[in-house]
Amino acid sequence: MAENLAKFCAGCGYPITLMMLNKTLEKLDLQKRAVLGLDIGCALLAWNFLPINTFQTHHGRVAPTMMGFKRARNNSICFALVGDGGAYAIGLQSLIHAAKRDEPITVIVANNTVYGMTGGQTAPTTLCGQVTPTSPKGNIEEPFHGPEMLKGVIKDGAFLARTAVNEPKQLQEFLQKAIETQQAGHFSLVEVLSFCPTNWKTNGVDTINKLNGLKDIFELGIL
Amino acid sequence: MEGSLKIIMLEKEKQFLTGHEIVIKACLDAEADVMYGYPITPTCEILSGWSNIGKQYLQTEDEIAAGFAVCGAVLAGKKAFTASAGPGHILLQDAFSMAEAMRLPFVMVIGQRGGPSSGTVIYSQQEVTLACYGGNGEGYRLVYSPSNAKELYELTRQAFNDAWHYRFPAVLLTDGYLLKTKSVFNLAEITKMVNIPAHALVPEDKVVHWPNIYTLEEELNEEINETKKDFSAISEEISKAESYKTDGIEYLVIAHGIVGAVAKMAVDELREKNIKVGLFRPITLRPFSKKQLDDLFVKNNIKNVVVVESSFGQLARIVRDELAPEIDATFTYIQKPGLGIEVEEIVEFMKKLKI
Repeated sequence: MAENLAKFCAGCGYPITLMMLNKTLEKLDLQKRAVLGLDIGCALLAWNFLPINTFQTHHGRVAPTMMGFKRARNNSICFALVGDGGAYAIGLQSLIHAAKRDEPITVIVANNTVYGMTGGQTAPTTLCGQVTPTSPKGNIEEPFHGPEMLKGVIKDGAFLARTAVNEPKQLQEFLQKAIETQQAGHFSLVEVLSFCPTNWKTNGVDTINKLNGLKDIFELGIL
Repeated sequence: MEGSLKIIMLEKEKQFLTGHEIVIKACLDAEADVMYGYPITPTCEILSGWSNIGKQYLQTEDEIAAGFAVCGAVLAGKKAFTASAGPGHILLQDAFSMAEAMRLPFVMVIGQRGGPSSGTVIYSQQEVTLACYGGNGEGYRLVYSPSNAKELYELTRQAFNDAWHYRFPAVLLTDGYLLKTKSVFNLAEITKMVNIPAHALVPEDKVVHWPNIYTLEEELNEEINETKKDFSAISEEISKAESYKTDGIEYLVIAHGIVGAVAKMAVDELREKNIKVGLFRPITLRPFSKKQLDDLFVKNNIKNVVVVESSFGQLARIVRDELAPEIDATFTYIQKPGLGIEVEEIVEFMKKLKI
């Protein structure tokens, strides 16, 4: 269970992903070997949330940090928790190369289509037409599909998947597969469609509806 | 390269080595485990050399990844380092500022090249400010400036030892002239040094929750005050400078790195001409040997201080900042950004100054 109270906004999707991660680690008896690196953005709020080794890094830099950690301590189970901006904008170069080199780390990307921590600005995953503080007339670009893009560079044995915070069974299943992939020495990435009622400015019902709507644009499943 | 690296591995007393090979040897002898790097002149040969000796290494996609991989490795308890220059040095400041905040024993070797921008590729002393103060916020770091092959070796070893002992990130600040020059390296002349072992900062036997960003301004203020206190406490002990022929001087030359070596030769020549000049050569730029410099002014009646450097006053700014405010000194400068400085230039300058 959680080590400390969540500091995330009410209704945030991150705690669900984190609790599922913890549950999976418990099930596999890997909590002691787990190391959770956090990107900067909302992910940073998880610094004392789980009863596993956790530290914060810089925006866009969690993947290379965890690569360095994993290469230095082979028996650790390394996670890089990062938002869609950290993974697919500022940290994309490192993410592509980590996937290309088949680094045995697990990247967990929270995709809520906005930059949550800084006020809901346009992210690489923002939908076409979506209004944000930096796209006041609606985003003119199509959203970026991270796992699909990485599919072209990964090696055999790597694992890429997308699920959502309201698909807890699948989320747990994919996290377990990602961990097993890491243990087998390969790269894994699980993108989790998540919600951000604070920046979406949605009530409970609309939040769930919007999240479910994202599944039509970002297909769930193993790639 | 490979052939000469085999020679490095042997414990021959006298060897004819490039600066790159000396750095690699020092990193090996410091028991460094891993290097992450990205090729950039004039430090490429450190990466390629290290890649050929059977140690762990990775050529990353850029210097940013190299820097953060070093952070990851030291968090896990491995001695890790990188080497870079110029524009790569700028990118490394991202990871290096994390190392400042988290007190990570991150070691980087910088071969200064000319700037701004891509500039020139072999030599300058224009990366002093970046090396000493290149982070955002006010972090603390150790910066060493070797003047010859022997110091290149010793200070690389020292950088690893101090970084792991005191947990501050460390920069070995050199240049392409020193790195690319081949010279006789005599192991018998090297000061013996015992390695400070690495230890895991994220341990395997207990859980750590390690923040690097603070909710409250007071929390951050407290943290950086603590770091400042720790840095001040070790500053006198680990700061290093050479005072050369400084008894009874009227003129003081200040220079660092290979310009320091040149200035030393100029002082010898000027002394033969009975000009009362000595040299103060900071070996650590951070922390700076403030007391040793102040004392020279207390003991001597110095008429003029001449700061000599291959930049527009990056060393001079540090000197003026560190010198006790009650010391009234007249400053003169030889500043040649991106250019080498020869003995004769300093000698001629000093002769004119005396007239």
